[in-house]
Amino acid sequence: MYANPNSIINPSLWPNGPAPGCFFNFPGANVTSTSSSSGIITRTQSPVTTGTSILGLVFDGGVMLAGDMLGSYGSMAKFRSIERTIKVNNSTVLGATGDIADFQHLKAIIEQKVIDEDCADDGFTLKPKALHTWLTRVLYNRRSKFDPLWNTFLVAGIEDGEPYLGCVDKIGTAFSDSKIATGYGAHIALPLMREGLEKKPQMTQEEARALLINCLRVLFYRDCRALNKHQIATITKEGVTIENNIELDTNWEVANFVIGYE
Amino acid sequence: MSSIGTGYDLSASQFSPDGRVFQVEYAQKAVENSGTAVALRGKDGVVFAVEKLVTSKLYEAGANRRIFNIDTHIGMAVAGLLADSRQIVETARTEASNYRAEYGGNIPVKYLADRVAMYKHAYTLYSAVRPFGCSVALGSYDEIDGPQLFMVDPSGVSFGYLGCAMGKARQAAKTEMEKLKLKDMTCMELLKEAAKIIYVVHDEVKDKHFELELGWVGAVTQGRHQKVPQDVYAEVERYAKSALEDDSDSGNDDM
Amino acid sequence: MFRNQYDNDVTVWSPQGRIHQVEYAMEAVKQGSATIGLKSKTHAAIVALKRATSELSAYQKKIIPIDTHMGMTIAGLTADARFLSRYMRTECLNHRYSHDEPLPVSRLIGNLGNKLQVCTQRYDRRPYGVGLLVAGYDDKGPHIYQTCPSATYFDCKAMAIGARSQSARTYLEKHLNEFLECSVEDLVRHGLRALRDTLPNEVELTSKNVSIGVVGKGMDFTIYDDGGVESFLAGLDKEDRRGGRPLPPDVEGDLKEVPVGESTAAPQDPAMSVEMDVEPHSGKD
Repeated sequence: MYANPNSIINPSLWPNGPAPGCFFNFPGANVTSTSSSSGIITRTQSPVTTGTSILGLVFDGGVMLAGDMLGSYGSMAKFRSIERTIKVNNSTVLGATGDIADFQHLKAIIEQKVIDEDCADDGFTLKPKALHTWLTRVLYNRRSKFDPLWNTFLVAGIEDGEPYLGCVDKIGTAFSDSKIATGYGAHIALPLMREGLEKKPQMTQEEARALLINCLRVLFYRDCRALNKHQIATITKEGVTIENNIELDTNWEVANFVIGYE
Repeated sequence: MSSIGTGYDLSASQFSPDGRVFQVEYAQKAVENSGTAVALRGKDGVVFAVEKLVTSKLYEAGANRRIFNIDTHIGMAVAGLLADSRQIVETARTEASNYRAEYGGNIPVKYLADRVAMYKHAYTLYSAVRPFGCSVALGSYDEIDGPQLFMVDPSGVSFGYLGCAMGKARQAAKTEMEKLKLKDMTCMELLKEAAKIIYVVHDEVKDKHFELELGWVGAVTQGRHQKVPQDVYAEVERYAKSALEDDSDSGNDDM
Repeated sequence: MFRNQYDNDVTVWSPQGRIHQVEYAMEAVKQGSATIGLKSKTHAAIVALKRATSELSAYQKKIIPIDTHMGMTIAGLTADARFLSRYMRTECLNHRYSHDEPLPVSRLIGNLGNKLQVCTQRYDRRPYGVGLLVAGYDDKGPHIYQTCPSATYFDCKAMAIGARSQSARTYLEKHLNEFLECSVEDLVRHGLRALRDTLPNEVELTSKNVSIGVVGKGMDFTIYDDGGVESFLAGLDKEDRRGGRPLPPDVEGDLKEVPVGESTAAPQDPAMSVEMDVEPHSGKD
């Protein structure tokens, strides 16, 4: 009378039965990068299409992220309108340096997380600290498999009324600070940001924006992987705004004094 | 149901001599014991209204909702065993999520209804499980397909509807619906009528207390499914209550 | 012994659209000693009546801590409750690991509900024979959740489950409006009075048979046992019992241990089956 003894032995709901998605998953969806039929194991050892620096700066009542919109293919400025700063929800944004594909992969997962949360409609949303922790766990987990996601992320947001800015890199090193710059910006822009903050520890939104724009300009002059087309995200208690395609006025007169410029 | 008790009605994997699967029919009975739920499809959206019976005043208001978000653009109203329904909600959400992972967009509700129907149907095939004791209505709106409404019952059958009702008073609710010109109605009008139907079919004697639950998806919500905002809810509830009083004053059936 | 042919398996629907096995599992909750949960604006409290299986045994624990922001009391099969508590603890722990924040109570209960449901639909499982009252505190304030073997759960203002808990629910309904503004002490006192209403006249609440759990704003989940409950109990015996009444002969087992599964009373028709109904609020227990 009671068919299918497997259902009793096997803890999964009866083996031949349907599970969500089983009718339409693409073949090979579950194959991981660490195993293949040939026995050759491949792992990410270098990024492919990359984005350069992201800058993050806390000001009085909020936090800003800034970066350009270039996806470099090696040294070629190949993709010129890549969004590397995304809105996660009304209190959080995420900016990414490094491999664009890895970032976009994670972006899809995070967006689904947010949709799941919206669906639950229980009043709880992903907070910046929680997202920072989650990313740290994901990245550290991948690096522990020797197969890292090749990114440095900045998480910026407002949590309990306070601005929050956190950073995590591809090996899972995570920290939080009031000013962070990734990639080449860590060398070029961060000293400028420190200098700015030393002069005025509690910046207004306008001052912070001016400082970041100055940093972006310097990066455009000095960083060969930068592009003069930027995004600036601002997170305050009022919510998130992201400005796209910002072009800065530049002055290249001094370039003529550099040997080999022409 | 003359074959009740003859022993052919104990397993979902067993036909009766006259070719019926009684276990599925019994599961449908469970849906019929539930508080009524209606869904209406108009010209620019779909609305859901649920009569949520509250059996104790110790429960928080708004607990155990029966209208769910499945994805940003899809809503689901349920009738039947709530625990079973939540399992279907979970499955539907997973399906919507899988679809997005694979195709990078929102799942069309007709596909989702199909997949939910397949899932439910699978539970009508084996004796090792029982069929789901719930019916669900799925609704969505977008500019290309317009408003869409589907209902899936415990047997795993899925149909598209202009208006559908599940639960205790579904017959009465359907009668009320047939009086409406659903195709020409806006979300707001639908909402009012749906709420009114719930109030009309509610059985004061058997089920004393109930909460009206409303959800909508349409042009007004930019294609997102939401529970209705408080001000809209208040207005709709006021309309439903006063319409009910008017009806009982004038002796009903004057539409 | 023939009762009906539809009550042997959890996979069988009765012609009325009921699942008798699940309803019987609901009965198991009523075999457990009474327990009560209630909340104010800032705190959630649970109080429970403990039983000892014999003169020589210790009192069976009724309150299980889950996380720093959550704990629960149980009524029904203790072993099932321990199994569920392990799941709940793991979920909380995992959430803390992955998101560095406490798991919202409503989320945990939702997941738990889905876990419970699976056992009500498969031939090779039985429903969990335990009811839980979960007290928790998160960003949305204090919560009392009730879960049932039928896999339904309820967000409650206050609730009582277990043997003779109807009297306690009557008390809670009567005083529902007072709880919100209560201090922790007063809240627990309300809980104790409700709990006392479930007792037969000759039995008293003592520091031995009472457990209290409290969680709330700025306060981790804390269990008070033995000496710890004395301050809450002080003076309670001087107060009038409201719902006190003589013990009906057929429920004397209440204070002893009722062997599970050997309840002599023929299963009646509990009204549970569809969505909202948890227990028949008929007052018959």
